[in-house]
Parts: sequence; structure tokens; C-alpha cells
Amino acid sequence: MDQTLRRPAVQPATGPFVDVATGTALAVRGLAKSFDRPAVDRLDLTIRTGEFYALLGPNGAGKTTTLRMVVGLLRPDAGSIAVFGIDALADPIAAKRQMAWVSDEPMIYDKLTPLEYLEFVAGLWGVDSTVAGKAAHELIQWLGLGPHADERCEGFSRGMRQKVALAGALVHDPRLIILDEPLTGLDAGTARQVKDVLQARVKAGGTVIMTTHILEVAERMAERIGVLASGRLIAEGTLAELSLRAGRGGSLEDVFLSLVGESAAA
Amino acid sequence: MNASVRATAAPVPLLWLIRHELRLSWRDWQAMVTAGNRRRFWVALVVLGCLGLALHLPAYAVVAGFARSDIGPDQRTLFTLSMVVLLYVSLLLSQAMETVTRSLYSRGDLDLVLSSPVSARRLFSVRIFSNALLIALMGVVLSAPLIDMLAIIGGPRWLAAYGVAVSVGLAAAGLAVAITIGLFRILGPRRTRLVAQVMAAVIGAAFAIGIQVSAILYYGNVSQRIFVAPDAVIARSPSGNSPVWWPARAILGDWLALAGVVAIAIAVLAAVMIIFAPRLGEDSIAATDLSPRASRRQSRPRGFRPGSPAAAMRRKEWLLLRRDPWLVSQTLTQLFYLIPPALLLMRNFGQSNGVLVVVVMVLVTVGGQLAGALAWLAISGEDAPDLVRTAPVAPVAVSRAKVEAVMGAVAIMLGPLVVGLALLSPYHAVAAALGLACAAGSTIRIQLWFRAQAKRSLFRRRHTSSRIATFGEALVSFSWAAAAGLAAAGTWLAAISVAIALLILLGVRSVSPRKALV
Repeated sequence: MDQTLRRPAVQPATGPFVDVATGTALAVRGLAKSFDRPAVDRLDLTIRTGEFYALLGPNGAGKTTTLRMVVGLLRPDAGSIAVFGIDALADPIAAKRQMAWVSDEPMIYDKLTPLEYLEFVAGLWGVDSTVAGKAAHELIQWLGLGPHADERCEGFSRGMRQKVALAGALVHDPRLIILDEPLTGLDAGTARQVKDVLQARVKAGGTVIMTTHILEVAERMAERIGVLASGRLIAEGTLAELSLRAGRGGSLEDVFLSLVGESAAA
Repeated sequence: MNASVRATAAPVPLLWLIRHELRLSWRDWQAMVTAGNRRRFWVALVVLGCLGLALHLPAYAVVAGFARSDIGPDQRTLFTLSMVVLLYVSLLLSQAMETVTRSLYSRGDLDLVLSSPVSARRLFSVRIFSNALLIALMGVVLSAPLIDMLAIIGGPRWLAAYGVAVSVGLAAAGLAVAITIGLFRILGPRRTRLVAQVMAAVIGAAFAIGIQVSAILYYGNVSQRIFVAPDAVIARSPSGNSPVWWPARAILGDWLALAGVVAIAIAVLAAVMIIFAPRLGEDSIAATDLSPRASRRQSRPRGFRPGSPAAAMRRKEWLLLRRDPWLVSQTLTQLFYLIPPALLLMRNFGQSNGVLVVVVMVLVTVGGQLAGALAWLAISGEDAPDLVRTAPVAPVAVSRAKVEAVMGAVAIMLGPLVVGLALLSPYHAVAAALGLACAAGSTIRIQLWFRAQAKRSLFRRRHTSSRIATFGEALVSFSWAAAAGLAAAGTWLAAISVAIALLILLGVRSVSPRKALV
């Protein structure tokens, strides 16, 4: 394995709620959320431990709303969410200990350096300072942020900001990483680096859920793909299974358009 | 391409450009008074109208005696009116500098207008002129109650004061551009923003505070007759025909002096437009193209500091405050108003109990406002809300850590003054400390109830998100200040002020979107 892709040694998150028996990282049942209209409509979703899962769907399909409910940023109108067997609605703090969230718009502090940002994130997750310090330095090098580790983030490009946010998501070694359009606006080199980080994460036993509009990324990286339309899961499976379901071969783009078109017609 | 849509060589009409600028300013003002909700516009207009009418009452109280006395242009009257004009210039210059700096550092439509075939000189001349018109309008609005009452009681000759108000506004806008661009050239784009904003605040407060400071030094107390100069000063002032008195003579209805004042204001503005308009474009580009402090290196931390999530949150808040001198300067300008009471303390060391009561009240008022401002930064101005909300920390613990960070910052800033007060009178210091804690706690609580996510850079416009919160913060600070002052004076009436403060808090809470305690 390439030296730069080696996963930093961070203590795994463990706790009394780890659901080793079922091997389910995320179980969503009957999840519903309405704004002016239903955004998520009685959604059932199961993600297995150690899986790279891509959530696809047209704009307004409910992908971001679903994920924001899972990470505790939105309160669902109905349904249940279990993260590694922990009821995320009853015990959100315990569930949050297992997760990290990276949004499409990297939210970091302009006036902090990447290292200071990671120190803050590690502090919030209660990671031991010695372990976190070592992990942060490794992550910074791993993501190619070494030369900028002590510069304030305010002058950083979008790609660098996204890498800092990603490092923040990894510094507390979450078992489940949830990313919403993490590759939006990144150049090819940075996008490649982010993808490598996520794949390395899955190889090391972590679980990744990602929404994306870049279908090639889902096709190449995800083990299973879920297609959402109008707040409902209209199809799910491997690329081969989805092709079968759509009744046509070809690329994921063809299959996706066929499934979404079918759903809209219905 | 269709020939009819191709750009022509004809210059864009000036009036068209001015109308465009004024429309943008109008929409901006509308958004500010309605907090973005256009349906509230007529309500806001009616409220502002009523407020304007109501302000005529205190204006009557201030000018009635002056207007009735059929005064003429004697040396003492000219001096007094000139002081009023200077106070007015300082306020408008401060506002104009703030406006110029803000427009200089916001990219806005800069890319569009500078990539258009309109000449930069023309465009920025229009922009300076439009700003000047708005500042002049602001001047008219501010002075209208006083001038109206003077004209109603003393006759129409006082209406000439409107001419002075407009002229001062135009000249202040011109001077503000000249000062800001001068700073830009001397200090560079990075430092100018901070220095110009601090200067604007200092200029705005300096004259009013300066008068109080001189009154304290001269009379030993805050004087109500602040513009009345000693005979020695009057004797040494220029003769009645000097151009120095033109603004004052113009206010008294001397139309020739008014013509002179208007001509000078227009000349100042025109000169600024001719000299500085082309540079404003270049400087705006330089200002917005700053890659802020990307190259500045911080000292590498040896390792991460241990501590609880709350400690991490407090450290982060303090670090962000320390790293943003512009925000700190905006917050600390309120501390200028502590200069007169501090001087009072020194001047009346051990002499007057009444002076200490004033100091207690000012400390509590400033503390409440300071805590409210810092709480907005910590609570509403959180730059990574998703990160904090997805962290395994209870929201109550996050809020508590932020409150502690704000209280700590207020204690660091105002603590030394309370300690100084304690050296004079421990009783007054205890009253001040209790009042400060209550005022700060109340304004922070209001910020928690009305928190609305916003960028920290919008700090100066934080009041637009909720008028109720703004008024609530001010009223509750004043109430606690009154309570602390009355307690310091040793009267049981303090209990009434405490009750009023609590009632205000209850009232604000009942209309707040978040009624949770923390």
C-alpha cells in the first residue's frame, strides 16, 4: 500500500452499544420528514458494517434530509434510526460517538489552523489528547496538508478546506462516516485523494455512506447503491442487481436514469 | 448574434447609474428594517414614522428655551451652535467611514461592474455621490426633530439648518472617502479595514466623550451645559465674521453663510470624486483579492491540550475572538463610554458617593451590551454549526460552555474596573459586580432564545435578525444598571428595577422562538 494512503493509527471507538452481533451499521425504519411537502417518506434503509454505500437520487429526492436526520441535525417526524444498535433518537450522544459527518460545504473555522481545528474536534469527541495529537499529525501528512498545518484556514482553497473537514471527521476514528456530496467543486487531484482516503477507511473496517451526483464515483467505489426518489428508496443493490432491476445493462448512469424515470412515471 | 443586443460605444447615462445605486441602497435599507421579510415593510415604516414623531417631544424639551429667546449671532451663541455642528459632523463622518470601508471590502457586484464597459471613474464617482446623498439624508433624518421644533417655535428662519445638515452630510461623505483611501495607501489593504473601523468608532464617540471629559476636568462632574464655553475660551475665539462661524450663522438663518457652507460641501465632494474615484476601483480590487493571512505562520503546538469537550469549546471561542481584531474592535468600542466614568473616578477620588453610583451604572450597562455582543458571536456566529451539533456533546453542555466563554471574556475586560472600584468602595464594587453578572446573564439568555445562525462577518448587522432581542437586550441592561445604581445609592427602590428587569426578561422570553432555559 502506498505510504501516503496508510491509515493513521487512531484508537478505535468502542463502547457498550456496539452492535457486533447483527453487523448492521445503520438501520433506518419508517423514517419520515415533511417541510412544505414530504421530503422523506417512510424510508427503510439498512447499511452493513464495513460497507461503502452510495445514496443516489435526483435533486430534492431527500438524500441530504435523510442523512441530516441520521447524524442528528434534523429531528424526524416519524420512524427510528439505529446506529450500531444504538437508538439515535433516544440516545443521540452515544450514537454521535460512532459517527462523523462531512457536508458538501466544508464548515471549518477560518481563524484556526488545521491542527487547532483537529484539536478542537478531538476535544469535542473526548479523544485522549496524546492519541489525538499523534493521529492529527498523521492525518495532516496523509492528506497532504503538512505544509499548511500551521496556517490559518481563511486563505485555503475549497479543496484544502474539504480536506481539513475530512481530517476532522477522521481524527476521532468514527466507525461510520457519512458524507454529503464531498466531491463537489474539488479538482481531480483532491477528489482522488478524498476517494483514496474513503476507500482506505472501508478497507480498515469502517463504514462509509456517501451521497453523490457523480455516478462514476458511485459505480467505481460503492459496494451497494441506493436510489432515492421523492423521499422513497426506489431501488437498492449492487450495480449488477440494479441493472437487472432496471431491465437494462450499460453504465450506472443509464440504469439510474431508467429507474428515476420509471419512478417519476409511476 | 443579433446586432440589436451588441454593446454600443455610448456612455451609460449618469442618472441611470445613480438610480441603480440608490435602488440597491433602498433595497438594502428595506431588508435591514424588515429583517428580510418584505411583508413587514409597512409596519416598519409606520413604527419608524411614529418614532420620528415621538422624538419631537424630547427635541421640544431641548430646544424650546433656545428657540424662544430670539437669539442673534453673538459670540456665545455661535460657539454653542458650532459645537453642535461639530458633534453632528463627528457622527456623520463616523457613519460615512463605516459605509465606505464596508463597500470597499465587500466584493458585491465588483466583478460585474468592473468587467463592464463603463469607466471606473464614472462608476465610482456615482457610487461616492450616492453614498453622500444617503449620508446627507441620514443627517436630515437625525436632525429633523430638532430643526422642526426650532422652526415651529422660533420661526421659519431655522429651516436653513436643513441646508447645513445636508451640506455636512455631503462633506462628511467626501472626507470619509479621502480618509479611507489615504489609510489604504499608507497602511495597505490588510490593516486599513481594522484601522478605519476603529477610527470610525473613535470619531463617532470622541467628540461626545471629549466634551464630557473636558467638562469633568473643568467642572469636576458631568456637565449638563456641555456646550457652554468658559469666558476665556469665548474671548480667544475668532471674530463674528470669520468663516469658522458660517455653519452656525447659517443655522441662524444667514442665507449668505448658508450659500458659503453649501458651496464648500459641494467643492469637497466634487474634489474627492475627481481625485479618488479612479483609485476606489483599484483599491476595491486589492481589498477583496486579499488572501487573508494565508502566509502567516502560527507557532506549532507541542501537543494537544487535554480537557473536557466544554474546555475545548471555551478555548475555541477565546481563540477565535483573539484572532479577529476587527470583531474585537467592534465589540470594544462600547468601552470608550467607560472613559468619562473612569475619569470621574480619578477626579473625584474619595469625594463623592454620587460619582460612584454613576460609575456602577455605566459599568453595568456596558457589561450587559458587551456580553450580548460577544454572546451573538459565540452562539449565532458559530462557523461550524454542523460539527458542533453532530459532536457527542449535549446541546445544553455546548451552550453552557459558550456562556462560560462569554462570561470569562467580560470578566477579563471589565474585571479590572470593578477591582479599581473596590479599592474606593467595596460596597459599590459588590453592587457593580452583581449588576454586571445579572445584566450579562440576561443579555446572553436573550441571545440563546433568539439565536439564528449567521456569518460572523455579519456582526454589525446582527440587530436586523430580531428587533425584539435588540430592544430587549438594551432595556434589560438599562434596568439592571438602574437596579445596581439604586442599590449602590442605598435605596430600596432598587427592588423595583430588579422587578422591571425580570419582567422584561419574561416578556422577551414569551415571544422568543426558543424558550428553553439554556
